[in-house]
Amino acid sequence: MLRLSMKVAALACASLISSGLAVAQTKTVKIAFIDPQSGLMAPVGSNILHSYQLVADIANREGWAKGVKFEVVPFDNKLSPQESLNALKAAIDQDIRYIVQGNGSSVAFALSDGVSKYTERNPGKEVLFLNYAAVDPDLTNSKCSFWHFRFDANSDMKMEALTSYMADQKEIKKVYLINQDYAFGHQVRRAAREYLARKRPDVQIVGDEVHPLAKITDFSQYVAKIKAAGSDTVITGNWGSDLALLIKAAKDAGLTANFYTYYAATTGVATAMGASGLDRVRFVGYWNVNNDKVGSLGEKILVEFKSKYKDDWYTMATYTVIRTLAEAFNKTKSTEPVKVAFAMEGMKFQNVNGEVEMRNTDHQLQQVLHIASWQKVDGKKVRFDSENTGLGWRTERVLDSFVAAQPTSCNMQRPSRPD
Amino acid sequence: MTPELALISALNGISYGLLLFMLASGLTLIFSMMGVLNFAHASFYMLGAYFGYQISKWIGFWPGLVLAPLATGLLGALVERFGLRRVHKWGNVPELLFTFGLSFIIVELVQVIWGRPPVPNELPPELQGHLFTIYTTTFPISRGFIMVAALLMMLALWIVLTRTRIGLVIQAALTHPDQVEALGHNVRKVFMLVFGGGCALAGLAGVIGGVVFVTEPSMAAVAGAIIFVVIVVGGMGSLAGAFVASLLIGVIQTFGLALDYSIAGILQDVGFKVSPDTFGYAVWKLTIAQVAPVLPFLLLVLILIVRPRGLMGTREG
Amino acid sequence: MDATPLNYRPVNLGRWVIWGGTLLLFIVLPLIFKQGFARTLLAQMGILIIFALSYNMLLGQSGMLSFGHAVYSGLGAYFAIHTLNLIGAHQIVFPVSLVPLVGGFFGMVFGILFGYPTTQKSGTPFAMITLGIGELVFACSLMFPGFFGGEGGISGNRTVGGDFLGIKGLNFGPDIQVYYLIAFWCFLSMIAMFAWTHTPLGRIANAVRDNPERVEFIGYNTQRVRWLVLILSSFFAGLAGGLSAINFEIVTAENVSAIRSGGVLLAAFIGGMLFFFGPIIGAVVFSFFAIALGDITKAWQLYLGAFFVLLVMYAPGGLSSLILMNLRVMSLGKMKRLRDPYLGVALSGLTLLLGIVLLIELTYHLTLEAGGATTITVFRFPLETHSVETWTFVVALVVGGAVAFEYMRRRFKREWDAIQVEIEDWVRENPERA
Repeated sequence: MLRLSMKVAALACASLISSGLAVAQTKTVKIAFIDPQSGLMAPVGSNILHSYQLVADIANREGWAKGVKFEVVPFDNKLSPQESLNALKAAIDQDIRYIVQGNGSSVAFALSDGVSKYTERNPGKEVLFLNYAAVDPDLTNSKCSFWHFRFDANSDMKMEALTSYMADQKEIKKVYLINQDYAFGHQVRRAAREYLARKRPDVQIVGDEVHPLAKITDFSQYVAKIKAAGSDTVITGNWGSDLALLIKAAKDAGLTANFYTYYAATTGVATAMGASGLDRVRFVGYWNVNNDKVGSLGEKILVEFKSKYKDDWYTMATYTVIRTLAEAFNKTKSTEPVKVAFAMEGMKFQNVNGEVEMRNTDHQLQQVLHIASWQKVDGKKVRFDSENTGLGWRTERVLDSFVAAQPTSCNMQRPSRPD
Repeated sequence: MTPELALISALNGISYGLLLFMLASGLTLIFSMMGVLNFAHASFYMLGAYFGYQISKWIGFWPGLVLAPLATGLLGALVERFGLRRVHKWGNVPELLFTFGLSFIIVELVQVIWGRPPVPNELPPELQGHLFTIYTTTFPISRGFIMVAALLMMLALWIVLTRTRIGLVIQAALTHPDQVEALGHNVRKVFMLVFGGGCALAGLAGVIGGVVFVTEPSMAAVAGAIIFVVIVVGGMGSLAGAFVASLLIGVIQTFGLALDYSIAGILQDVGFKVSPDTFGYAVWKLTIAQVAPVLPFLLLVLILIVRPRGLMGTREG
Repeated sequence: MDATPLNYRPVNLGRWVIWGGTLLLFIVLPLIFKQGFARTLLAQMGILIIFALSYNMLLGQSGMLSFGHAVYSGLGAYFAIHTLNLIGAHQIVFPVSLVPLVGGFFGMVFGILFGYPTTQKSGTPFAMITLGIGELVFACSLMFPGFFGGEGGISGNRTVGGDFLGIKGLNFGPDIQVYYLIAFWCFLSMIAMFAWTHTPLGRIANAVRDNPERVEFIGYNTQRVRWLVLILSSFFAGLAGGLSAINFEIVTAENVSAIRSGGVLLAAFIGGMLFFFGPIIGAVVFSFFAIALGDITKAWQLYLGAFFVLLVMYAPGGLSSLILMNLRVMSLGKMKRLRDPYLGVALSGLTLLLGIVLLIELTYHLTLEAGGATTITVFRFPLETHSVETWTFVVALVVGGAVAFEYMRRRFKREWDAIQVEIEDWVRENPERA
C-alpha cells in the first residue's frame, strides 16, 4: 500500500514538474478586446469577439507563433469612450499589453490617446493598440501614433474605392447621404461629396442627413425624407443596428433606391434586408468569401466558425491582426511591444485576401478592396449565404491596393529602436 | 415638404403618439393613486415586450398579446402588495426611490434572463406587410395595428372607469380613499388593482412596441424619459391630458425630423449674411431635424416653469 | 454602565481625533494599497465623496430631491477640461492644481442660472424639473459638438501645466500624484461643507426641510434659501466634476447623463442622508460596488439595485443610521444580548447570500456566455454551469438559507425591539444624558 502510494506520489510529482516545464516554455499573450457587448451594438461586438476567439484557437492549434499562445480577454465598453479608458486601465492592471478595438472611431480616438499617454508616462510598460475596424482617417493622419496600427482600410480609402465603382454606374443621378452623427459619419459625408464631385460632377446630392449614434430604433421618418427627395441612391457609413434598422425601415416603406454601404456585410443587416435588398445593396470591404477559390484558407475558417458559433465570419481583420502579431513575434523572438511594433512596420505577407503591407509611415494596412452586391446563392459566384437568408455577396469588382491608397500627413514620434 | 412626406409624417407621428398614450395612461392612473411618479413604469413596458417575446416563442404572438399584459399586471400587483405598501408609510420620497431602485433591478433581471443583446422579437405574419400606399410610400400593417390597439384600449378603459361598478369605486378611491373605505370597500385591494392594471397597460404597450420596434434592455430607459415628458406636459393625473400630450409629443418629434429648416437658413433666404464667424452660429445653424430629440424636453422644462400643472392637469383625472 | 459623552469644552477633542484620523487615512491609504486599480478606486472614491456630499446639501439637509445633479458636475467638468486644453495651448496661464476651482466656479454659474427657476417649488415638482433639465442638457450636449465634443467628448492632458511648484516630476501624470491632488481637494471640501452645516444658512436650510411654512413665518424666504443652497451645492458638484476631468482626462456626454445623477442619488441614499458622514460612507460603498465589484462580476448592477431597494424598504436612513443605532445600543451596554442573534442572522444571511450570488452568477453565465466555457469560478471555486448537481446544490443553499434566515431574523427582531423599548424608557428617565 505504501509502495503504491509512493509510486502515485512520484508519478504525480513528475507530471507536475513536466507540465510546469511545458508551461514555462509556452508564453501566453493576452489580447484585450474592448468593444460593446451590451446595448444595440452588442450583436456585432459578440460576433467579433467570437471571431477573435476562433482565430486565436486556430493560431494556438497550428502554432503560428513559436512558444506563444494567444488568449482573448473581453471588456465591455458600452460604446463609450470613458468606459473604454476604464477598460484600458483594467486591462493594463492584468498585465495585458495588446488591445484590439474597432467599433466606433470615437472610442478609438480615446484609446489611442490613452495608450499614448500611458506609454509616455510609464516607460517600459508599453501597450499597443491594434485597431481592426475604426476607420476615421485622422487616426493615421493628424492623430497618428506609433503605438496605433490600423488593419482595416480607412474611410477615405473605402470611399475612393466605392466612388470609383459608382463612377461607371450611369443610372446614379440623385444621391442621398445619411450617416451617424460622430467623427466617422462626418468623414464619410465629406469624402462622399469630395470624391463624387471629382469623379461624377453630374450627380446631384439631394440630401445630407446625420442621426444620433446607436440610439434610433425607428428610421421610418428618415426613409420618408429619402423618398421625398427623389433619391435613386443612398450612400451610408452606418453600421450595426443603425444600418440594419435603416434598411428594415426602407423595406417597410417600399423604398426602391440602391444602397451603397460600408457595412452591409455585418451582423443583422442580412436578416433585415432579406430578399428586398436583392441587387440593390452594395458594400465595400476587404474580403468576400464568395470571391475566394473553393477550399481557400478564409473559407475553411468561415466553415469552422459557422459550425461552432452558428454565425457568419466576416471580420477577416481578426485573422490579419493575429497573424501579423504572430509574424512579428517570430521575427523578433520576443513579445515586447516596442520590438513588436518596429517589426510590424513595413511588414508584408500573404493574407487571406492576398498580399498586404503595413505601411510604416502611418501604420495603415494596405490591402485590396472589393465592391460586392447582394445576390441569390447560385453555387458559382455566390456559394455561401449570410445569416441563413439564402442570399449572399457577389463581388462585382476587386480594386488593387494602390487604387485606394491615400497620401498621409502623419508625422509620428518614434521611440528609440531597441537593439 | 411634399404632401407625401406630410401625410406619412402625420401617420407615423400619430401611431407613435398612440403608443406613448398606451404607456402614459397606466402611469397616469398610478400617479393619481400614489401621488408619486412610478419610475418603474417603463420597466414594466420592457417586461411586457420580453414576456410577449417569450410567450410568442412558446405558443404564438396572439395568445401572448393577452397573456403577457396579464403577467405584467400580476407582477405589478405583487410589487405593490409586498414592496410599495411597506414603503408607503415612510412617505413620498422613499416611494419614489423604491420605484427608482425597482427599475434598476428589473433591467438587470431582464439582462440576466434574456441576455444583453436585442432579442429577435419578430412581427407575426399577420402583421407583416403593407396596409395601404400613399403616393409611393407604403404604410405598414404593424403601425396601423398600434393605432387600432391604442384606440380599443382607450375605449375599454373609458367603459371600465365610467360604466362599471368597480370603475366607479376606483374613481372614488383615487380622490376620497377614506370615505370609500368607510363605505365598506376594500381600498387596499383597489390600490393593488389599480397598480396592477396600470402595469398591465404598460405591458400591453410593450408587447406591441417590442415587435414593431426593437426589444432590448435599454428600451425602458428611452421610453421612460419620453413618458415622463408626456405625463408632466399633459398634466399629472389627467387621462385626457395624457392623450393630448402623447399625440402632441409624437407629432412634434416625427414632424420635427422631417423639417430641415434652420434659423441660419431662413435668415439667409431673407437676405442676411450668416457665416461661421457670426456670433452664436452654432445655435443658428441647427436645423429643426437636429433639434428634434431635444424638443420634448424643452417643452417639459417650459411647462414646468410656466404652467406646472400641465396642459389639462388636475389630480382628479 | 454608561459611556462618558465627549467633551466640547475647551477643545473639542473628539472632533480633532476624527478629522485628524481621516486626514491620516487619506495620506496613508495609497501607500498601503499600491496596485494601479486600487489607487484608481481611491481616486474615484475621493471624487464621489465630494459629489455625494454636495448632493446631500440638497437632499439630506434641505429636503430637495434632485434627479439632475450631474448637470452641475458635468458642466463644471467640461469647463475644466477646456481650461486644461487652453493651458496646454499656452493661451492662458493657470495652475493645473487649481483647475478644479474653475469647475466649481462654472458649476456655481449654472447653479445660479438653472437654480432660479427650479427652486420655485420643492418636493415632487422640484424633482421633476431637475429631471427635465438633466435630460435637456444631456440632449443638448450632442447638439453642440464645438463645446461638448459630440460622441467622442473632449480630451485633455493633465500634465500640460508642467511641474507643480517647480518640483521636478510632479506634473500629475502618475496616478499617485492625481490621488493626492484629489485627496487634498476632498479633505478641504469636507471641512468646508461640514462647516457650512453650522452656519446660519445651513441651519435655516434644515428648517426649510422640516417645516417650510414656519420658516416663512419667522421671516425667511424659503425660495431664496433653497436657491442659495443649490448654488453652494452646485459649486462643490462642479469641483468634483473638475477633478473628474483631471483624473480621466476626458469628458463626454455621460458626465451630464441621468445615469450619473442617479448614481450620486444612490450613493447619498445608501450612506444615509440624515448625517453628515452618511454620504461619505455611501460614496465608498457605491464605488466599491460600481468599480471593484464591476471588475469581478457582470451582475454588479443587480446587486447594487437589490441592495438599494432593501435599504429603502428596511433602513431608509441608510447605512449611517444603522451604524448609529448600533452605536447607541453599544454605548448603553446592551450589545451583549444581541451577540447571539447577530451571529445567527449573520451566518444564515451569509448562506442565503452565497446561494443567491451563485444562482445569479450561474444564470448570468448561461445567458451571456453561450458557446463559451462551461465552468465559472466564484470565490476561487470552480463550478460546472451545466450540471444538475451544481444547480441542486445552489437551490438547496438558497432554500435552506432562506428558511434559516427568516427564523434568525425573527429572533433578532424580538430582541432588538425589546432593547429599543428599554432605550426609550431610559431616555425618558434620563433626558439630560441622551
